Amino acid sequence: MLDCTPKGPVDTHKTGTINPIKTCQPLGAMYAALGIHGCLPHSHGSQGCCAYHRMALTRHFRDPAMASSSSFTEGASVFGGAGNLKTSIKNVFAIYNPDIIAVHTTCLSETIGDDLPTIIKQSEIPEGKYVIHANTPSYHGSHITGFSNMCKGIVSYLAESDGNPKKEQLNIFPGFVNPGDMREVQRIVTEMGIPSIMYPDTTDVMDSPLLKTYEMYPSGGAKIEDIRDSGNSKLTLALGAWSSAEAAAILQDKCGVPGVPLKLPIGVKATDALIMAVKDGFGVDVPASLEIERGQVIDTMIDTHFHYQGKTVAVFGDPDLVIALTEFLITLGMIPKYVITGTNGKNFEKIINEMLEEAGIEGSKVKAEGDLFDLHEWIKEESVDLLMGNSHGKYIARAEDIPLVRVGFPISDRAVHPLMPVTGYRGCLRLIEMISNTLLDRRDRDAADEDYELVL
Amino acid sequence: MTVTDLNVDDMMTPYPNKVLKNRKKHIVAKTDGAASCPQIEANTRTVPGIISQRGCCYAGCKGVVVGPIKDMITITHGPIGCGYYSWGTRRNKARADDRTPPEHIFSAMCFSTDMQESDIVFGGEKKLAKMIDEVVEIFHPRAINICSTCPIGLIGDDLGAVSKAAEEKHGIPIIHYNCEGYKGVSQSAGHHIANNQIMEKMVGTGTDGPAGDRVINILGEYNIGGDGWEIERILEDIGYTVNSILTGDSAYANIKNLHSANLNLVQCHRSINYIAEMMETKYGIPWLKVNFIGVEATIATLRDVAQCFGDEDLIAQTEVVIERELAAITPELERYRSICKGKTAFTFVGGSRSHHYQYLLKDLGMEVVVAGYEFAHRDDYEGRDVIPTIKSDADSKNIPELHLEADPDMYEEPNLHLNMSKEKYDELVEAGHFATYDGMYPDMVDGGVMIDDPNHYETEELIEIFHPDLIFSGIRDKYISHKMGVPSKQLHSYDYSGPYAGFRGSIIFAKDVANALSTPAWQMITPPWDKTETEGGD
Ligand code: SF4
Ligand code: SF4
Repeated sequence: MLDCTPKGPVDTHKTGTINPIKTCQPLGAMYAALGIHGCLPHSHGSQGCCAYHRMALTRHFRDPAMASSSSFTEGASVFGGAGNLKTSIKNVFAIYNPDIIAVHTTCLSETIGDDLPTIIKQSEIPEGKYVIHANTPSYHGSHITGFSNMCKGIVSYLAESDGNPKKEQLNIFPGFVNPGDMREVQRIVTEMGIPSIMYPDTTDVMDSPLLKTYEMYPSGGAKIEDIRDSGNSKLTLALGAWSSAEAAAILQDKCGVPGVPLKLPIGVKATDALIMAVKDGFGVDVPASLEIERGQVIDTMIDTHFHYQGKTVAVFGDPDLVIALTEFLITLGMIPKYVITGTNGKNFEKIINEMLEEAGIEGSKVKAEGDLFDLHEWIKEESVDLLMGNSHGKYIARAEDIPLVRVGFPISDRAVHPLMPVTGYRGCLRLIEMISNTLLDRRDRDAADEDYELVL
Repeated sequence: MTVTDLNVDDMMTPYPNKVLKNRKKHIVAKTDGAASCPQIEANTRTVPGIISQRGCCYAGCKGVVVGPIKDMITITHGPIGCGYYSWGTRRNKARADDRTPPEHIFSAMCFSTDMQESDIVFGGEKKLAKMIDEVVEIFHPRAINICSTCPIGLIGDDLGAVSKAAEEKHGIPIIHYNCEGYKGVSQSAGHHIANNQIMEKMVGTGTDGPAGDRVINILGEYNIGGDGWEIERILEDIGYTVNSILTGDSAYANIKNLHSANLNLVQCHRSINYIAEMMETKYGIPWLKVNFIGVEATIATLRDVAQCFGDEDLIAQTEVVIERELAAITPELERYRSICKGKTAFTFVGGSRSHHYQYLLKDLGMEVVVAGYEFAHRDDYEGRDVIPTIKSDADSKNIPELHLEADPDMYEEPNLHLNMSKEKYDELVEAGHFATYDGMYPDMVDGGVMIDDPNHYETEELIEIFHPDLIFSGIRDKYISHKMGVPSKQLHSYDYSGPYAGFRGSIIFAKDVANALSTPAWQMITPPWDKTETEGGD
């Protein structure tokens, strides 16, 4: 497996991407749009993109990812896609009857330069229904950029302010995470007694139950009226700079709701920061229940540290996830040896390097806009004890015989993960369990007969 | 429920008039006594806004046909997404062999020029050329494919020129495919473009194909889950030499020798019939439509292939292998058959599987009541006889046709390829043996429905009307049917099982289907507190 990759260090790979750690914008936009209740995402381009994005989302979530397409053929590509979009809007409302259509572009309609706001204005939109849009050119950024762009679109089209004073309610932009993570963040905030509006919210949409009746628009998702009302909230927490910060900034400009940027709440420190932000923002006390949860994590970290402390780890994936995860790994006493994301943004390297420096960790390699070929070459030079990232890492894991803990997107070869959190204190426990058990399984597997032990 | 009760107009009530008129033409029911297949509309544009399961030209070219060639580096020229989605997702298994060492297997990798905004503005030719230089230096491949995506056609990058220059510089074949996603109306356009280039740039350039007089190519077999290997095993047991499988587990090193075969077998008609036809024109190699999916289908196919050579020993050895294989699988197959018998199914897949799997399901005592193709042409439903009557439209005219002639040096009469007298060969032709395909229609049950480019709305309606016991589809509708309480199996990826082809494959398929039908969770959907006394179970 991967025998074709060269042995020594390679400095010839500078152009293009080999084995990417990112994909294109519309996928993220589609995922964000699925987090609005009653929304049908619509891909403005040729139908292949839409098919690909639905396929990729469906594989990860093992749940339907519905979306329609403008189905361009050569004609639309030459003369523009206005006709296709107008027809689509008409057909979609007639046949699938969503409350809202969230249109995103593909690199095709972007290259042609279709002017979506104008086309949407000229379209027939039934009374009480909405059509919103986001530009998601695939030749810039990644699926995380697309997610962020659709979040911005949702805010610009839907959020409104009724003026001051603001209500005692909190907005949460959750970032590109699983429904299980969103549910966990909501639970923590509810535990603190603060009413919240989360969007996008894919709980009960991308992990919907099997009740024998198929609902094209499952019960979950952020309601349009709630999104509208987010303009009246007292505070917004933007989880993950890459996926949420810009939408929060727009909401602040548009409706005067202050936005606080935070890391994704993965790990103790980042979860603490989330709780502190709610505490400070609303002047509430942290309930004992959360303190107990936190204490359980600390207890577990102390009980298990010898499973993983001092082990080297390579982390790859989306920037928001990787940043928070790296922080947690450092607090576990692990050594993030290679940290890499496919998405652009120079801040990434700076943030990670500062964290490493503060922890006194030397000799690590950090890269934004990297790929798995880069990571593999680094590992070939000097290996690590553990890999953490999405399913695409399994090839390196096998080629170099390194255990892999699957975290992030996409995970296409394991089940149940979309329902389980890596966020919050419960997420900490889950991550510790995965890391510890993976390393212990490895130890058991490699142990000589005389070293094989019952208690570890 | 049979089709006589199916009222298409009723089913499509929410459709705006234009959509209704369009979609009705894509649905054909098989009714008692209809002598031949009524015309079905196929290979035409998808209605904008309709949730279709179709992919695009690039997906057909790179994703299906050329991507699996294991010893070629395939660079997707475009933004990152297209290359990413077609990376490792079709399960085309490949392994090293005496011609292709492990260091030459690139099919588990993803190469993309990852076009950025400035490349779109200033053109991507330089970037592509540079990436080719780099991958040649790092990987030393035997040959390279370049597949283009949507924006490339629009910005007008000249892939031909870049490939030619790189070919001269590096001395290896660099083959480009103008398979921008918007071409044609579906994956089908991409299959055709790939076929053309493989035929023009690869086939016939090799001189080290296997010798012998029973050398076979298996065309349109992608080795999903190892299907190709099971087919190869059976054929080699009988005494054939398999030259190349196109393109499952195939290597450039073998494809260039495709012309050294005596006979071409066509498994997937939709994706590869072009090459079969072109090879017949250019080299005189006859082709036979086969089907290795299903026990009875495999047996019939093996007998057909043996007839092509007409050699008595071969015919006898064929029967020996059939008998041996049957003995090995029959008891187990019977066990699963008892679970599957009497159940009904839908098959919704690409261009040939919806037909092929009807045979295997028949073996299990199941009936296919609705069958749909995502991107077939009329001939896939109605049979090849209709090909001359298919009118080309603006979308199909954009796909280049190769008009080949007999190669002055390499052409041989078909009967000579088969070591057979002209009379005997003509007899077989007369009997409809070679170069024919009757399409799906004859195998549909009475009251069954064929539906072209089936979409989400229609699928949901049809499930409610027919209540099938099982749906065979792709990933995008798989979980929808689950939510409706109907089990499903993916026929693109086999739900990561397989092989499903040949004798051994049929057992694996039967087990998977029986498990899908009988997994205990289906009985547990209704919670006990919602059960009425009479209901008792679900
Ligand atoms: S990169 Fe562009 S053409 Fe490719 S799938 Fe993404 S949006 Fe579509
Ligand atoms: S069976 Fe279908 S999906 Fe497979 S190659 Fe043929 S046309 Fe394509």
